[in-house]
Amino acid sequence: MVLFAFFVSLVFAVLLRDDPREQLKTGGMMLGGFVAAAYVLGWLMFPFPL
Amino acid sequence: MATKSTTAERAGAEPGRLAIVCGLAWLVPGAGHLLQGRRQKGIIFLLALPLMFAAGLWLDGRLFPLEMSDPLVFLGAIANRGIGAPYFVARMLDAGLGTVTAASYEYGNTFLMTAGLLNFLVVLDAFDIAKGRK
Repeated sequence: MVLFAFFVSLVFAVLLRDDPREQLKTGGMMLGGFVAAAYVLGWLMFPFPL
Repeated sequence: MATKSTTAERAGAEPGRLAIVCGLAWLVPGAGHLLQGRRQKGIIFLLALPLMFAAGLWLDGRLFPLEMSDPLVFLGAIANRGIGAPYFVARMLDAGLGTVTAASYEYGNTFLMTAGLLNFLVVLDAFDIAKGRK
């Protein structure tokens, strides 16, 4: 999941920003957001199994 | 502003070049950017997207056939083909048959399809650059 989030945030950051520092910042924020969202959703699904 | 519109007009007058840029960008991820002097972006796409596709194959993902009878499989097949040359190389090597019983099968499919879809976005970005919009 982290590997997937890494690749997706890398490509999006490079697509959206031109400056390497901005790309790093955007990519890092996106990666953090993806991983945090996955953990939060995972815990939210815990009491409601399918 | 004036420079952008001039570039756009020039690119608009060269549909052949646009087609070559888009075709190459699809066939080799990042080639469209490299062709237009965006070296850093091109190299990152050239490495990241085939790696993501390879990760999908390694995780026992499946390369879907173009089956019109099943719309979801059909859309998956379109997404798979978005990566360009790596797809055809994988087919030639008989990779991507998919092991349904493998625990990582769905993860592999997700990697394979997302790599193709991201490459479609990269092609659109290369198109925008060629048109002078970026």
